[in-house]
Amino acid sequence: MSERLIAAPTALAPAVGRSRSPLVGTMRRALGFGRTKVGLGLVFALVLLALVGPFLAPHSTTEFVGSPYETPSGEALVGTDNLGRDVLSRFLAGGRSILALSVIATLLALVVGVAIGLFAAYARDWRDDVAMRALDVVLAFPSIVLVLLLVSVVGPELWLLVLAVAASHAPRIARLVRGAALEVVDRDFVKAAEVLGEPRRKILFGEILPNITSPLMVEASLRLTYSIGLIAAISFLGFGLQPPAADWGLMINENRIGLTVQPWAVVLPVAAIGLLTIGTNLVADGLARALIGIDRGTAR
Amino acid sequence: MTTIPSMNGDYVLEVENLRVELAYAAVDIVDGISFRIKRGEVLGLVGESGSGKTTVGLAVLGHQRRGARVAGGSVRIDGDEVLTKSTGQLRALRGRVGSYVPQDPSVALNPALRIGTQLEETLVAHGYSARDALNPALRIGTQLEEAVAAQASNSSARRERIEEMMGEVLLPQERDFLRRYPHQLSGGQQQRVALAMAFALRPKVVVLDEPTTALDVTTQAHVLETVRALCKVHGVAALYVSHDLAVVSAVADYVGVMYAGRLVEVGPKEDVFNAAAHPYTRRLAQAIPDIAGRYKIVGIPGRAPSPGQRPPGCFFAPRCELADDRTREEFPPVQNLSPSHYVRCWHADEVRASSKLDRLHRETQNGGPAGDGEALLTVRNVVASYGAHQILHDVSIDVLPRTCVALVGESGSGKTTLARCVAGLHRDFSGEVLLRGKPLERSARSRDQQDRREIQYIFQSPYSSLNPRKTIGQIIGQPLRLFFDLGRRAADARASEALERVSLSGSYIDHYPDQLSGGERQRVAIARALAAQPSVLVCDEVTSALDVSVQASIVELLAQLQHEENLGLLFVTHNLALIRTIAQDVAVMSGGRIVEYGRVDDVLDAPTADYTKKLLSDTPSLERATVPA
Repeated sequence: MSERLIAAPTALAPAVGRSRSPLVGTMRRALGFGRTKVGLGLVFALVLLALVGPFLAPHSTTEFVGSPYETPSGEALVGTDNLGRDVLSRFLAGGRSILALSVIATLLALVVGVAIGLFAAYARDWRDDVAMRALDVVLAFPSIVLVLLLVSVVGPELWLLVLAVAASHAPRIARLVRGAALEVVDRDFVKAAEVLGEPRRKILFGEILPNITSPLMVEASLRLTYSIGLIAAISFLGFGLQPPAADWGLMINENRIGLTVQPWAVVLPVAAIGLLTIGTNLVADGLARALIGIDRGTAR
Repeated sequence: MTTIPSMNGDYVLEVENLRVELAYAAVDIVDGISFRIKRGEVLGLVGESGSGKTTVGLAVLGHQRRGARVAGGSVRIDGDEVLTKSTGQLRALRGRVGSYVPQDPSVALNPALRIGTQLEETLVAHGYSARDALNPALRIGTQLEEAVAAQASNSSARRERIEEMMGEVLLPQERDFLRRYPHQLSGGQQQRVALAMAFALRPKVVVLDEPTTALDVTTQAHVLETVRALCKVHGVAALYVSHDLAVVSAVADYVGVMYAGRLVEVGPKEDVFNAAAHPYTRRLAQAIPDIAGRYKIVGIPGRAPSPGQRPPGCFFAPRCELADDRTREEFPPVQNLSPSHYVRCWHADEVRASSKLDRLHRETQNGGPAGDGEALLTVRNVVASYGAHQILHDVSIDVLPRTCVALVGESGSGKTTLARCVAGLHRDFSGEVLLRGKPLERSARSRDQQDRREIQYIFQSPYSSLNPRKTIGQIIGQPLRLFFDLGRRAADARASEALERVSLSGSYIDHYPDQLSGGERQRVAIARALAAQPSVLVCDEVTSALDVSVQASIVELLAQLQHEENLGLLFVTHNLALIRTIAQDVAVMSGGRIVEYGRVDDVLDAPTADYTKKLLSDTPSLERATVPA
């Protein structure tokens, strides 16, 4: 005991260029894939379109600029819709709602799903069983049926739409989180926190959650894709934004009768929704691939 | 480097200048490895984790782990070069000529096949009694077909052979036993089955890779005996890879010491342990506790350089007292001390001449005066169970201030369960746990803050007990935040202070656990416990995931803290040899009961319980094994 050598971190293996957070690492690796770049490009372009679009619109979304289903002209660059409004203006203004709704719904689903999943994984007793079986019941309904059920009972309220979409996604997120967290709750650092008397909330969100961020990120981007599709579908069915609001899903519904006469009014929103979901899906795919790579690389 | 000790005799295995590199970089994992093994002899290859001993063991059989490739040298079995053989030729070689016993038999055996089937498979795959060896000119498929065809006529021969094999490894030969699945066997029985498979085809060379590390001492003793007997009887040359010097001293005739990918010393067991010529060998011997003697154990500061980061000159130089300029410039050549003993050190003669005792006798009796004052921690009549399964039967112990009580026993003896009851991690028990005479709540969550603060728990594996997503500062800050009302700055200061108490620099605060070595991580775990200013420290096998040189320094640290901080220690371990070094009192546990409880020296010198006697005699001892007869 005569000598007390102080070990200094100089002897460490160089950690330069390596990110500490697995999430950042996953994202960086994901960016190496072409698909992720394409996906991000698509998402970025469409988000930009939705955000800036309304300011570029040549007309008001409700202004009648001609007779119904006019083909492209100088006044209406891509023609008019079923009521003679400018399709371009309505298209440029119609992205915000779908984006905002799907992002909010996804975030809400994440918060609820993560909380339930972590709680269930950490409890690992009857509460886990109750929570998981309850989620199974929700999962038994196809998303669209679940949402339609809720919306048709209460009415086409936007808050309800968001809640319903979130409710249809939360169980899947909860299952994923529970699965990923089950591995983590058995590790000793969780027990160490228990011995110290760390409150449950802190153990769930401070100790366990940071260890499952990567799979969660993949799931989140995938859920966003589904949210966009779901909300577009609901709007198309007439339970989302109500006329005369400009909304891509609604536009498809309103103008489908004139598809053969003036296809632009349908094709533009369809293409936008399609490209947006393809974009988010490519990002999710890239993240998932990067994540598998991570697991291979750090397996002990 | 070709001057390896030459002796007349039938060398079965000859390894010369073996070099294994990382597959995609010209960085060596091991280099300049040369040794020979005679028929019926065992060479123990010792080294700490990352020293390359397993790499050598695998290369001997012509195998490399993913990401490694053989870059030079030769391995000859009975004069036949192994390294140039094709995959098919190697497959034919394995089992018949060379075989391998892995560390963990529960992973090596197929869980879906009965052990009889697996043993038979070994024989069938190598065409036992169908032909002498696999014909490399035939496709494997063809050979298998032939083997199947030959099966009917040979199955009774094989049956006989299997029974013989079971007898050799001291397993029951009944049909019922052969019909069991691996999970129905104990760890020791599984390892015996693996041994039986390895020796089944009477190979010339067997590589055993830490085959007893996962086993209890009693089982280990039996397996070691079996290994020795099998090698002698069948004239097999065995390479026994292990990190445990005491185990190697029990099983080997010759010992090779590896450090950072180099074989630094090879020689007869007695020479290497009693007249070591390499400073690393000596330091290693000083670092391991011995059941037979009262030694102080001394850790080796620093860490072994990993491939690609090795210094010019001798790799041990940064940790060596004898290092000089020449040592730092050039890696020492092989120096033959006797026909069978060689060393790679510039200062071998000095090391050999130094009269310094190989190991330092402990200056003080560890016991000192019996622990003073009232008990800090009392466990009274604790009966614990997991569901319907009762683990602890009426267990009582006392921990006095500045006293370390060691809880020893084999796996399943309930020692960890007891530790968890004390820490509030296991709630399903009756009886009492008292802190200074005051009964504690069962679960940590329902204990009050003060009680939680006073009892701190250190986990077995520092790889699992530190959250990889938190910095060291955050980890140590956790108890500070929970137990003390400190500002951020004060907390940081306290955290650095705690780090310094465990001999780590305060600058570690911003690092993450994966930037630290195993020993450093365990120090951080200790610092986290100390930050709470506890009065009782529960240490659950805290050194078993660490290398011996690191284990020694962690034990030194704990002993020091015990006195400096007036701590009571409850030290759970399966390693009987350790307790003389750290503990004053010892409770020997078996089957959930305390079978013997008393002062360490009393219990170890004059054990009364049969179980203790058995444990003591089964624990391998470097001293007992190397005292010249």
